[in-house]
Amino acid sequence: MSELKKTPLYELHLELGAKMVEFTGYSMPVQYSLGVIKEHNHTRQKAGLFDVSHMGQAWLIGESQSKVANQLEKLLPAEIEGLASGKQQYSQLLNENGGVLDDLIVTKPAEERYNDRLYMVVNAGCKDADYALMSEKLNGVKVLRLEDRAQIALQGPKAVDCLAKIVSGVENMKFMTFKCFSYNEHELLISRSGYTGEDGYEISIPENIAIEFTKKLLEMEDVEPIGLGARDSLRLEAGLCLYGNDLNETISPIDAGLLWSIGKRRRTEGGFTGSEKILKQIKSGVDKKRVGLNIEGKMPCRAGTEIFVGDKKVGIITSGGFGPTVNRPVAMAYIDKEFSAIDTDVVLKVRNKEIIAKICKMPFSKKTYVR
Amino acid sequence: MTKKYTKEHEWIELKGDVATVGITNYAQEQIGDVVFVELPEIGDSFSAGDNACVIESVKAASDIYAPISGEIVEVNEELEANSALVNEDAEGSAWIFKMKISDESELNDTLDEEAYKAIL
Repeated sequence: MSELKKTPLYELHLELGAKMVEFTGYSMPVQYSLGVIKEHNHTRQKAGLFDVSHMGQAWLIGESQSKVANQLEKLLPAEIEGLASGKQQYSQLLNENGGVLDDLIVTKPAEERYNDRLYMVVNAGCKDADYALMSEKLNGVKVLRLEDRAQIALQGPKAVDCLAKIVSGVENMKFMTFKCFSYNEHELLISRSGYTGEDGYEISIPENIAIEFTKKLLEMEDVEPIGLGARDSLRLEAGLCLYGNDLNETISPIDAGLLWSIGKRRRTEGGFTGSEKILKQIKSGVDKKRVGLNIEGKMPCRAGTEIFVGDKKVGIITSGGFGPTVNRPVAMAYIDKEFSAIDTDVVLKVRNKEIIAKICKMPFSKKTYVR
Repeated sequence: MTKKYTKEHEWIELKGDVATVGITNYAQEQIGDVVFVELPEIGDSFSAGDNACVIESVKAASDIYAPISGEIVEVNEELEANSALVNEDAEGSAWIFKMKISDESELNDTLDEEAYKAIL
């Protein structure tokens, strides 16, 4: 086995007593001393700090933002050209069949010095392929990966107060906006965003000050380090897709219920990889839908669990586990469209047992974004 | 009798011909926060090494094996209401099931405390 990669915060994780596991080729903290449930609850109640340095940050640099945006729109279905300055957009890289190669966030910086570029963050497991694809397909665009930067997420209702103590001004940002800040003459790239369903921030930090900066936040009473275990239960309760589970190359953003992330202009114009399929799905509908499951009892039903109505297999769970905030099992699934209506009764088969469930809306726990 | 251990991180305590079985403290630390225990049914029969029940944490399910052959005579119903007890007292009040054993000599394949600690 090849040696695992380490993030700039690796030594800090060890110092904090994290339990480390392999995740997409990196040695990452799955939990710290609090344990998954307390870490999850702490994030919902106060502020949780996550190392997300394994994710792929890059500048896409060209003659102008609009030229880069124009090129990028060849590969994804979101409105990038019309994205307002200083704002972020969630989108997906697609294949020819409209399947999702990765999901990502594109940002249009408002800073004058960055008027020739967009900032991107993609999933760790896909980053090499994503940026290779962009380098190949985007004319006149240089992909500059930010491998000398760490990235942390600070999430939860106290995130704003805690971060504002050391980076003044972040409190004025709105959800899905981006701004550059100076911290002891080092540049921080900060967005008010995250993947827990809570208010919070994602902060890109030069690696040489990453531990020092992170420790400043961890010294605050309201901030605890949070591992991948709670990151997964938080995003699942929030009804957010995990690439590799709920999104993959055989699932389109329309199947996944992500039509909201597709630009209005682009729904008619097309002009992106996979647009033929996507536009057809928008017009005539999909065969399967992504739904939540309200599961009876306390047994968690995991990814891969088959869903039945009578003897007919009608779907499969793609993410499932236990939701500490709602204190019961939570799962999301893909299900044949005719059985996807809210409150439809279904049966889950887990280890020769039949578990009763109902199709439900997501999120399972309420989102608290500051818009 | 003193406690015996398996390489699969279960403990066994034999009284007469009834063995009480649970998971070790090391095992509960590895599993993390337990959110559900799927207990076997009274009357179920297992051979040593069979899947006897499942312990679920937030993130994953862990199979618990019958450390010895026998028939389930009692299960710890308290774990249905309070599965977190496994994290709090794995080698005590969070015992999982009791089985009437058929062949005591199978215990020869288990480890004493010292031998178990040596494999951790």
